[in-house]
Amino acid sequence: MAGRIRVQAEAFDPGAELDALARGDAGVGALVSFIGRVREDGAHAPVSRLTLEHYPGMTEKVLGAIVEQARARWELRDVVVIHRVGAMEPGEPIVLVAVAGAHRAAAFAACEFIIDRLKTRAPFWKRERTPQGDRWVEARAGDAQAAGRWDHDAGRHRG
Amino acid sequence: MIRVLYFARLREAVGTGEESLALPAGVRSVAALTAHLRTRGPQWDEALGGRRPVLVAVNQTVAAPVGALADGDEIAYFPPVTGG
Repeated sequence: MAGRIRVQAEAFDPGAELDALARGDAGVGALVSFIGRVREDGAHAPVSRLTLEHYPGMTEKVLGAIVEQARARWELRDVVVIHRVGAMEPGEPIVLVAVAGAHRAAAFAACEFIIDRLKTRAPFWKRERTPQGDRWVEARAGDAQAAGRWDHDAGRHRG
Repeated sequence: MIRVLYFARLREAVGTGEESLALPAGVRSVAALTAHLRTRGPQWDEALGGRRPVLVAVNQTVAAPVGALADGDEIAYFPPVTGG
């Protein structure tokens, strides 16, 4: 099955997406997901609204490449990546990465790989609204370190 | 013609999100285009001058400063990404 990627302004229901992911495939023994949500505590001040800008075209291209890399590295049954753009409120889901595999080890690893790479390679930019005004979120060194792990661990992982 | 895009903080700093221009004479690399754009004024120099990290994509793939440019390319300038 092909991986599916959606970049959309509309809110999504993570539970419904997970239900749909493995439906009809009895070979799926493990379903692992990451849901990123808008946090109300920003780096410097409380956040009342988050706006996500992206680079249409490149975003889909990068996400597609990341999913292909995951599928080449682990045996997966299906992958879904959904990322919202535009304005959203604290508590709302921003991103869903869901991986269906036969066994859990590959599904866990692939899910973490995809979100780590997404955070450092996919062209999205967050802007926070705070009581002190709007500000662009700065990239975090920890995200680059998390993504860098996968560069040094090139071994094929099966679960 | 080339198409040049600016995103997020850089879009705000230079005051435009997108423009088309003739590939300037002698400009054959990302670094040369960046140098050309920086001569447009203080806000361009500040935004693209490297005091804060700037990434460049050519035809939607991240490119090094030595990356070659040709007529018809789409070049994008943007800050480090913060999605997820």
